[in-house]
Amino acid sequence: MQKRLLLNSVNFDITIKRLCYQLIENHDDFANSALIGLQPRGVFVASRIHHHLSSILNIKTIHLGHLDITFYRDDFRRREIVAPSETKIDFEVENKKVVLIDDVLYTGRTIRAGMDALLDLGRPQKVELLTLIDRRYSRHLPIAPDYTGLQVDTIASEKVKVQWKETDGEDSVWLI
Amino acid sequence: MSLLSTPHLIGIKELSRADIDLIFSTAENFKEVINRPIKKVPSLRDITIANLFFENSTRTRLSFELAEKRLSADIINFSASSSSVSKGETLIDTVNNILAMKTDMVVMRHPNAGAALFLSKHVKAKIVNAGDGAHEHPTQALLDAFSIREKVGDLAGKKVAIIGDILHSRVALSNIFCLQKLGAEVMVCGPATLIPKYVASLGVKVETDLRKALEWCDVANMLRIQLERQDIRYFPSIREYIMQYGLTKEILNSLSKEIIIMHPGPINRGVEITSEVADSSQSIILEQVENGVAIRMAVIYLLAS
Repeated sequence: MQKRLLLNSVNFDITIKRLCYQLIENHDDFANSALIGLQPRGVFVASRIHHHLSSILNIKTIHLGHLDITFYRDDFRRREIVAPSETKIDFEVENKKVVLIDDVLYTGRTIRAGMDALLDLGRPQKVELLTLIDRRYSRHLPIAPDYTGLQVDTIASEKVKVQWKETDGEDSVWLI
Repeated sequence: MSLLSTPHLIGIKELSRADIDLIFSTAENFKEVINRPIKKVPSLRDITIANLFFENSTRTRLSFELAEKRLSADIINFSASSSSVSKGETLIDTVNNILAMKTDMVVMRHPNAGAALFLSKHVKAKIVNAGDGAHEHPTQALLDAFSIREKVGDLAGKKVAIIGDILHSRVALSNIFCLQKLGAEVMVCGPATLIPKYVASLGVKVETDLRKALEWCDVANMLRIQLERQDIRYFPSIREYIMQYGLTKEILNSLSKEIIIMHPGPINRGVEITSEVADSSQSIILEQVENGVAIRMAVIYLLAS
């Protein structure tokens, strides 16, 4: 299968910054909001967004958490089990405006699991979804993102891979 | 991700180091879950588990029940005293009747060594050994090692002394296997009459002097004298046992370093340890209980996959 570059590192950066400004439009100073990245790869997006938001707004106290959804998956015992990762949310979810963040939105099952996991931690005021890549027309559940980096048309045999400067040397998104 | 290398949990002997590490890392995740406001995850909502306790138990039974409930499994409980076992029903019949009601897993505690292994060969369910006679008690050893690791980090090279009635203790045997697999050095200490004859062949040090054992170790796991398993008198009196092997705060304070105190429970306050020691800051007895639920959740979750 051919590899196709969807976002190079320049556009990646522009996209992240645009997402940040979209978030600022709705969340203002983030006093009552929280960013929660879904394990394992949403946490990188969340961290990057958190970093840029903090520098744009010059605030150091934006809430950032990591949420693992392994135990809420709907495919337990139907396929090889996934190793759980860490859930680290050291703030109260109660009454906050939570932005769930993931790298690629495909069938929506991960997000459904993410919402179930989140609601077991408290009752947020509002839950929004931010995704770096939206694989259009591939949903298995009625889930829609509030903030999208890039929409892509893909087929089931393809995969979208997000690479990070920290781990892969360069920020980029590939269709493989 | 790999599962455990065995389809049942019969004993630590059958577990590999990789299995133990996997159970520990999964238990860490479950420990976070049981500290949330909603302490449940829906993973095992399609599983039914039967708890068969042919022997009395508080801790282990409650711990398993809670672990199963936190995983959203359905549970059925069985205690030998109020069942048809008293009418002469065999073990296999009892379990097969329960399995006919579509039970997926059996957690069993039985007074005979080998009962869990026997069951695993004759019935079609996943078996978790919650203690078989004086043989093994794998989940206890796992939670003990997990608790030590929580407190002192990597177990490699750490010195653990198991003190008390070693002869009748399944906790001792499982702990010996588990600690050694994790690289710790193990010593057993107790009256010579309560130390199994060939225990040194397991690669453990043997000591009959309490103070020497305590000076040597980093962690002391105190065992209860198992009066219910003793057919003959192994020591002249409880008082004499206390004088030689009872752990007091004075002894602890006299040691050259601060050691960690553990006990699988139930504690005979004033016999193997005093209340002062049990409630001291060096004791991790209650942490052991908390970790027990997380470890059992991890074991059941991994076996059910």
